[in-house]
Amino acid sequence: MTTATANGAKTLQVTDLDIYYGSFHAVKGVTMTMRPNKVTALIGSSGCGKSSFLRSLNRMHELIEGARVEGRVILDDQDIYAADVDAVMVRRQIGMVFQNPNPFPTMSIYDNVAAGLRLNSRKVKKNDLDDLVERSLRGANLWDEVKDRLDRPGSGLSGGQQQRLCIARAIAVEPEVLLMDEPCSALDPVATLAIEDLIGELKKNYTIVIVTHNMQQAARASDFTAFFNLENSGDPGQLVELDRTGKIFSNPENKATEDYVSGRFG
Amino acid sequence: MFAGVTAVVAGALLLIGFNIALLLLASVVLSGVAIYSWARVVEGRRKATDRAVTLAVASAFALALAPLVSLLFTVASRGLGRFDAQLFTETMRGVLGEGGGISHAIIGTLIITGVATAASVPIGIMAAIYLHEYGKGRLKRALTFFVDVMTGIPSIVAGLFAYALFVLFFGPGIRLGVMGSVALSLLMIPIVVRSTEEMLRIVPNHLREAAYALGVPKWRTIVKVVLPTSFAGIVSGVMIAVARIIGETAPLLITTGVFSSINTNPFDGRMQNLAVFAYNEYANPGVPNEPYIDRAWAAALTLLLIVMVLFLVARLISARYGVKTR
Repeated sequence: MTTATANGAKTLQVTDLDIYYGSFHAVKGVTMTMRPNKVTALIGSSGCGKSSFLRSLNRMHELIEGARVEGRVILDDQDIYAADVDAVMVRRQIGMVFQNPNPFPTMSIYDNVAAGLRLNSRKVKKNDLDDLVERSLRGANLWDEVKDRLDRPGSGLSGGQQQRLCIARAIAVEPEVLLMDEPCSALDPVATLAIEDLIGELKKNYTIVIVTHNMQQAARASDFTAFFNLENSGDPGQLVELDRTGKIFSNPENKATEDYVSGRFG
Repeated sequence: MFAGVTAVVAGALLLIGFNIALLLLASVVLSGVAIYSWARVVEGRRKATDRAVTLAVASAFALALAPLVSLLFTVASRGLGRFDAQLFTETMRGVLGEGGGISHAIIGTLIITGVATAASVPIGIMAAIYLHEYGKGRLKRALTFFVDVMTGIPSIVAGLFAYALFVLFFGPGIRLGVMGSVALSLLMIPIVVRSTEEMLRIVPNHLREAAYALGVPKWRTIVKVVLPTSFAGIVSGVMIAVARIIGETAPLLITTGVFSSINTNPFDGRMQNLAVFAYNEYANPGVPNEPYIDRAWAAALTLLLIVMVLFLVARLISARYGVKTR
């Protein structure tokens, strides 16, 4: 399971993961594997801990005061919660796209894409940087729309374009895994379709984990689906079932999964 | 409508003695009542209330603006009497009676305020970054409390503190430009801290998260994302703090003293500044007193213009380097 693929996508393996906010137990005992070059969708009702779980995969979760994690998250053969691992280095390997498009308002489109390198003051030649920006924007299916106005502010784009700009910014640092936290929930159906097509392209190079509230989206865009649920409100969220997306939506093992995907609750 | 009411009120007032303020007040109140009753009959209750509230809000605005306009007008009209080239090229050295200039006071004001600003802005901004981005728990609460207390320090207390501090090292009677800067810094730092903290607070958290998710360390996120995003607001906060201290008189009276020549070295001897100059010319004029009073007004006008120029510069900086959307 831990073989790295030729293009750099890596396996993310989670073992017995518990997430706490202070004394509140948010997620309990999750063990699952996210395979390279596949899209894994996390579904479940609000408050079941799927966003917390996603944020714990690149240690964004610990930015919240009082938040802590128990268990192991292994990226290929590296434990990202090991004592000698810097959270900043983990985030360079595991990129993230957020629910609301958040381009840096002080930067142009070009600078937004180059931000990952510029902000870290990595020395890159102008030509190489130009290539990287073009490659990332092409990778995010945005190049043709913005190539004539790279020096304009990123916040002048439409919502869907801004979200693709954020995806370009995330892939410009060449991560191995891309986490997406409801990337389409603030977008209209056309922009959503563009992002979903893009996700299909991106999985050739990355391991993708996506949180979504939209079950059609999970069914359309993912290879594997994990269903999270909590038994009663106040209980920690748990992983109920992880399987191929086709099986989850047609013939799930678990009764709760079947109820959820068929729309009987949630 | 308003003109008609005004004419009627003016007629009535002529019988009891004319007064322009009373005329305006009575006209506004009476036409307000008239408009409300008329609209109530013709347009109905909702529209009438809308008109009455609109009139009330506009009147409140005019009332708030009136003293400001009056102040600007008074300073300009009385200051223009001595607003000539001599004022900006000469000093008060050896001048008794007419003539003389305030170039020494302008230079002194700029140096004292400049040193105070250069000291306060880095301290204030870094303190605000600590309080908003790093501080937590009891220490943060204590510091916030003391910053609030410092905001309320009377300026004369800041002046006395600076004086007492320098007396410890240089003995009684010491007067230095930099003493004034120290006193002004005490007044300026809390304002810079509070305004910068407010500006950092409105930088959306999702921008910080976006930077963290790219593997950018926290300090770089603050320097390269948070500060640039809030730059325009921080600049206007600093300008408000500068405008607050540039006209301070009391603390400078006891720290920088009175001097009638140019002194450009804040570490050597007394230094004149515009506010203290205006105060002295007005409080201790010679005989005849007109030239002294005229110089005081001209100095006040100069101070006002310096503040206006500083605000214009701040606007330009904000527009040039602030957040753009198109």
